[in-house]
Amino acid sequence: MDRNGAAVAGRFRGWRYGLLLVPLLFLLLFFFYPLASILIVSLAPEGRLDLSSFAELVSSSYYLNTLWFTIWQATLSTLLTLALALPASYVVARYQFPGKSLLLSLATLPFVLPTVVVAAAFMALVGPRGLLNEWLMMAFDLDTPPIQLVRTLPLILIVHVFYNYSLALRMISSFWATQSIRMEEAARVLGAHGWRLWWHIRLPMLRPAILAAAILVFSFTFTSFGVILILGGLQFATLEVEIYRQAISLFNLPMAAALSLVQIGAMFLMLVLYTRLQRQTVVDLQSARTVARPPQTTRQRLLVAVNLIIMIVLLFAPLLALVARAFSSPDGLTTRYFELLSSNPRGSVLFVPPLEAVGNSLRFALATTVLSVVLGVIAAYLLSGRRSLLTAWLDPLFMLPLATSAVTLGFGYIIAPLFVSTGLRVSPLLIPIAHTLVAMPFVVRSVLPALRGIPRSLREAARVLGASPGQVWRLIDVPLISRSLIVGATFAFTVSMGEFGASLFIARPDTPTMPVVIFRLLGQPGASNYGQALAMSVLLMVVCAVSFIVIERTRTLGTSEF
Amino acid sequence: MLRCFVFCLLVMLAALPLSAQESAQTLTVIAHDSFGYSEDVMAAFTEETGIVVEVLHLGDTGTMVNQSVLSREAPLGDVMFGVDNTFLGRALAADLFVPYESPLLEVVPEAFHTDPEHRVTPIDYGDVCLNYDVAYFEQHDLPLPEDLAALADPAYEGLLVVENPATSSPGLAFLLATIGVFGEEGDYTYLDYWQDLVNNDVLVVDDWSTAYYGEFSGSGGSDGTRPLVVSYASSPPAEVYFAEEELDAAPTGVIAADNTCFRQIEYAGILQGTDNLDAAQQFIDFLLSVPFQEDMPLNMFVFPVNAEAELPEVFLEYAEIPDEVIEMDVADIDANRETWIQAWTETVLR
Repeated sequence: MDRNGAAVAGRFRGWRYGLLLVPLLFLLLFFFYPLASILIVSLAPEGRLDLSSFAELVSSSYYLNTLWFTIWQATLSTLLTLALALPASYVVARYQFPGKSLLLSLATLPFVLPTVVVAAAFMALVGPRGLLNEWLMMAFDLDTPPIQLVRTLPLILIVHVFYNYSLALRMISSFWATQSIRMEEAARVLGAHGWRLWWHIRLPMLRPAILAAAILVFSFTFTSFGVILILGGLQFATLEVEIYRQAISLFNLPMAAALSLVQIGAMFLMLVLYTRLQRQTVVDLQSARTVARPPQTTRQRLLVAVNLIIMIVLLFAPLLALVARAFSSPDGLTTRYFELLSSNPRGSVLFVPPLEAVGNSLRFALATTVLSVVLGVIAAYLLSGRRSLLTAWLDPLFMLPLATSAVTLGFGYIIAPLFVSTGLRVSPLLIPIAHTLVAMPFVVRSVLPALRGIPRSLREAARVLGASPGQVWRLIDVPLISRSLIVGATFAFTVSMGEFGASLFIARPDTPTMPVVIFRLLGQPGASNYGQALAMSVLLMVVCAVSFIVIERTRTLGTSEF
Repeated sequence: MLRCFVFCLLVMLAALPLSAQESAQTLTVIAHDSFGYSEDVMAAFTEETGIVVEVLHLGDTGTMVNQSVLSREAPLGDVMFGVDNTFLGRALAADLFVPYESPLLEVVPEAFHTDPEHRVTPIDYGDVCLNYDVAYFEQHDLPLPEDLAALADPAYEGLLVVENPATSSPGLAFLLATIGVFGEEGDYTYLDYWQDLVNNDVLVVDDWSTAYYGEFSGSGGSDGTRPLVVSYASSPPAEVYFAEEELDAAPTGVIAADNTCFRQIEYAGILQGTDNLDAAQQFIDFLLSVPFQEDMPLNMFVFPVNAEAELPEVFLEYAEIPDEVIEMDVADIDANRETWIQAWTETVLR
């Protein structure tokens, strides 16, 4: 390389570090700054730090039990989700069957539905007056409903698996599809079969993706709010629920702040543990394509069939129950609720034309997806570099917004001086920004394992052959991470469509999205309001399903471009 | 690919509307998420006064009040709509409002004039009452409970669903009703009563939607099994108004016996620090005027405080206004809320 080239490379490196700072600055400005603002106001209202709420917290068995239950149910939910999703990932990565890509897209649908609606779906299916109980009571002539799941821990776990199954499935299978099958073949030749193949080869090979999926599922169930409240009943309380109670109902900000810090702290410890486990990955990954083949033997067909049946029963039965409910009235089939959605006899402002709600949701979701993909990929790039103490500390930071109570952050946005003076706190821009905080971890977690899996020799070879860093990125990195990137983008999109987290506590001018319309309809009595809420949920699923297919398409477009 | 993303991002951001443009004639009203009105009514106000109203939704009432207290130094708007008597004490203690005595208060009955200093103006009210499933009580030939004490009777075992007062506004109203009836002292306090309700298998859920659509059996849309629920006196007219097809009778009824309902009053107030005092006062007058007051019932399912406003037909026919409701001093509510909720939680949930 001549001197001129070295100077160019030097300048490029400077520019690159500048670029890497962008996601950090984003996090600093829109997460840590408002969070610090509200914590300071809560814990030091008179300028003097008062930590007595912490003392109250640790001396109360109630709060400690709440913390324990929060961790315990999240761990159980995560293990259960992985246990079901792992064999399914194998099937998806190894076998080709008709409708696979569509099935995978549709499997993501549960993730977008508001909890109230999912609760309604499960009640319609397994509730005391649900379909399943009615059939069983008819078939076996029973007097009482045989399935009694409502307000039990098993139902909480089932719904958590329902929500998170596709997340684990898609993250693990997309990673698997980029792994070489050669090592496994070698192991087979050497006599490894059955569990030994799983234990010594597959699990270590998949470890980065499994851990990444596990930490996401854990974060989500750790901060579970609606599922616990609506389906679990009140004997189950998580920290998130307690923070809401303290902050809104009692307006006890010091206690809310203390609980928020405990929540963040507990999550941070989990993340540090995760990062350590992640770093112990010993297998040097060989990127290649695992080619999916149609199942050949009876055993293989059986394996595919069993997993598909689990997927369909778990994911699609509740969704179908919901669709059926939206199309049925006491008199039989009806499309009335869908028609009512677009009628506004009173000229009320609370009425939102369905197309407007769809438009608002899509606009926010697109902005969120683009923002979180750009920031998430840069962040993943930053974290995939040489493993240092810095990246080990940075990695958990990007995940923290997932573990932060929405109420707390919402309050932070209202009072942070910079947000007040710029008017940002009442701007609709804040909504995609808040969504991005929650969505970005999905992009980072999907892309990072793939990015780390790219053998260094591949990049070095390209560079020796004269490729510029930009060319290496375009010709090597992008094609190899595109599959994982699509998964990350899909979930970022879904997070925004489903209105997760902080945005519900942000001041919003009238830009109602689909979930907001669903909440509004469920807030008033009357059969047609309930029916319309379900109809809007079906519409939400349809819009998402179509969007998933479009996102899936951009992958082929994106890679063929280069 | 990156270039494409940056480009897309710019397009996306450009497509989003920027923050509201400030002009002298724009009035920002902060409200809870259920604030609704008919567009033509508001359009008439704008035409008459030249004031354009922008509404900022701040979540539920509790969230709205807390956010306003937190942002007192730099208020989010000019007027707050929808603080109710269960949260009013907190808002008044934080000195959020500029007093204004609207001339239209003349036509508002004395009972609604909560604040003698007129820092807030009453706009609407709604009674939190027990609702029942008409068909269930007919089929089982069961008499309706005549007072709150009757709910502890074994005849009503496993029939009632209520909301958690810590997270739900009707839930808190119902807890306040029981405190109003049974008191905090003596042989039989409100906590003894709640213990009896628990022994009688009361079901507590987190929010109104879950109680009403998930557990209550009376609503046209519900999958629930319990025929008694804590809801509003205006729920039966809503059942008729929002029925799937025209109904001759409401599927649900209100128990409006004396001392079983708690009255929630909603107020509006002009926020300290506003630059639009004159416009804000005109808006308060508008909220009390007959056109807005008559528009409210079918938009928010609440009752007008203006005695001259007429109720829509569906309200006249299916709603009930109880004679004797339970009311409570707003300062008392604010001072004791935490203690009451905590004691309730200990008794009922643990």
